[in-house]
Amino acid sequence: MPMDNPRISIFTGHFGSGKTEIAINFAINCKKYYNKVAIVDLDIVNPYFRTKDASRILESQGIKVIAPLFANTNVDIPALPAEILSLFHDKDYIAIFDVGGDEIGATALGRYHRYFLNEGYQMFLVINTKRPLTKDTESILSMFEGIKKNSRLEISGLINNTNLSYDSTVEDLIEGQKIIDDVSRQTMVPTRYITGKEKILSGMPEYMKKKAFPINLYLQMPWQ
Amino acid sequence: MSEKVLMKGNEAVAEAAIQAGCRYFFGYPITPQNEIPEYMAKRMPKVNGVYLQAESEVAAINMVYGAAGAGARVMTSSSSPGISLKQEGISYLVGSDLPCVIVNMVRGGPGLGGIQPAQSDYFQAVKGGAHGDYYLVVLAPSSVQEAVDLTMEAFDIADMYRTPVIILGDGMLGQMMEPVQFHQYKGRNLPAKDWATTGTNNSRKRNIINSLFIDPQELENLNIERFNRYKQIQEKEVKFESVNCEDADVVLVAYGTTARVAKSAMSRARAEGLKVGLIRPITLWPFPVQVFQQVARTAKAFLAVEMSMGQMVEDVRLAVNGLKPVYFYGRTGGMVLTPMAIVEEIKKISGGEKND
Repeated sequence: MPMDNPRISIFTGHFGSGKTEIAINFAINCKKYYNKVAIVDLDIVNPYFRTKDASRILESQGIKVIAPLFANTNVDIPALPAEILSLFHDKDYIAIFDVGGDEIGATALGRYHRYFLNEGYQMFLVINTKRPLTKDTESILSMFEGIKKNSRLEISGLINNTNLSYDSTVEDLIEGQKIIDDVSRQTMVPTRYITGKEKILSGMPEYMKKKAFPINLYLQMPWQ
Repeated sequence: MSEKVLMKGNEAVAEAAIQAGCRYFFGYPITPQNEIPEYMAKRMPKVNGVYLQAESEVAAINMVYGAAGAGARVMTSSSSPGISLKQEGISYLVGSDLPCVIVNMVRGGPGLGGIQPAQSDYFQAVKGGAHGDYYLVVLAPSSVQEAVDLTMEAFDIADMYRTPVIILGDGMLGQMMEPVQFHQYKGRNLPAKDWATTGTNNSRKRNIINSLFIDPQELENLNIERFNRYKQIQEKEVKFESVNCEDADVVLVAYGTTARVAKSAMSRARAEGLKVGLIRPITLWPFPVQVFQQVARTAKAFLAVEMSMGQMVEDVRLAVNGLKPVYFYGRTGGMVLTPMAIVEEIKKISGGEKND
């Protein structure tokens, strides 16, 4: 992560696009360069498979995890903890926000709108073109606009996370990039990262490799 | 859509229903199945279908009754407490011989319980959660792909035998993501819905959809006729998977996502030299009784594993019929089993430390 990045990074996208895995990897990567790193589970939509699931790994690496009080419990109360505000005041923190899916999930960002404007931020849109509701330029643009509108923030970078879980191939990423390049042309927002397992990313053409951000998967199924 | 896509279980079930010709969805939100109504709300208008969020689960199931009575392919979905609310309507659907598909992405119970995955609605689905003499066909997918395939087939089974069919998943199946393919569904040859209330056009006798019968003899006759249909279902519709049962000493019995944990446990146990097999009922009703009779000849014991305090284990005991001991291991309340814990239970059985 280059040193001139804003200290706040926000990950948004369609639900199931891979925001959480990328945010976790991003936090772990930031920890290599910075002393104080925090990740916020801002997901008020999804009941399972969330940042909180990886809290043990994150905390063991010295990353602060702030999650809704009742995340992963048996109640469905998406109350956001007051502790989130501390990250705006303590300017030594690198803060990563893992936001809930779709424009509905992005609504939660509105609560912190003025803090994001004061502190500066970068906001990413995570895209997996193998998800049926973000499979083409038109549907991605609709997601893009919806998230922008509900968060009242600007999307500064696209992330190509096109994958089919355990059936992923480099071809999926290349095919996805064509669609995402089209989205870039129309929105003037560049692709910042291309994410996937290192083995898959290594097969990409050179122009894509420059943006490669290899990730490890931290959210596992109980039979894995 | 024949290319592979990545979908949540809930979304995939919804898309499968649409591709099977379902054009009416009535539901009410509840975690962890909300992606089904969410997806239906987005997709139904695009295929000239109807998505309607009812004022309650009770209203939704009665809208299903209306649509099914008019001969439409119709679905509703919910999770445990919501399915409890639908029970009266389910009994009426059965009593009127109406086909429909009902999805239950089970969560922890009883009561409001919790939102984490569970399998503690087995009794409700399989043993008659509502009043009267009846069974429902209960299909239990263990992967997102199987959820797609079974949802499509569920509509055909429902139409073929004029019965509601339940897709019994759990929160994990609903929430997890896997690659899936939607193969062009080759439907069955189905009888015409000449019983549906589609308007007589003054050219035929009117059809009546009803579950009230004044004459007890008429009601008994109808129940007997319905049970003859159940007999056909038991003969023709049983589905199961059996793995490594030929030489197995201990045979695990699990359905749904738990079967995947059990499979993982089986592999680990085999790696340690323990002879372990697996029977995975895919239809919970009709229960695959015959395979248990066969496997019981060679196996030494059965171990039912469930995300419940022990419900399917009763059907395993009935099927094994005393030939061999049947043990149980489960977690409940939203807790998920781990492969290691199942391996430990297998070792206890092999070592004679566990009571059946």
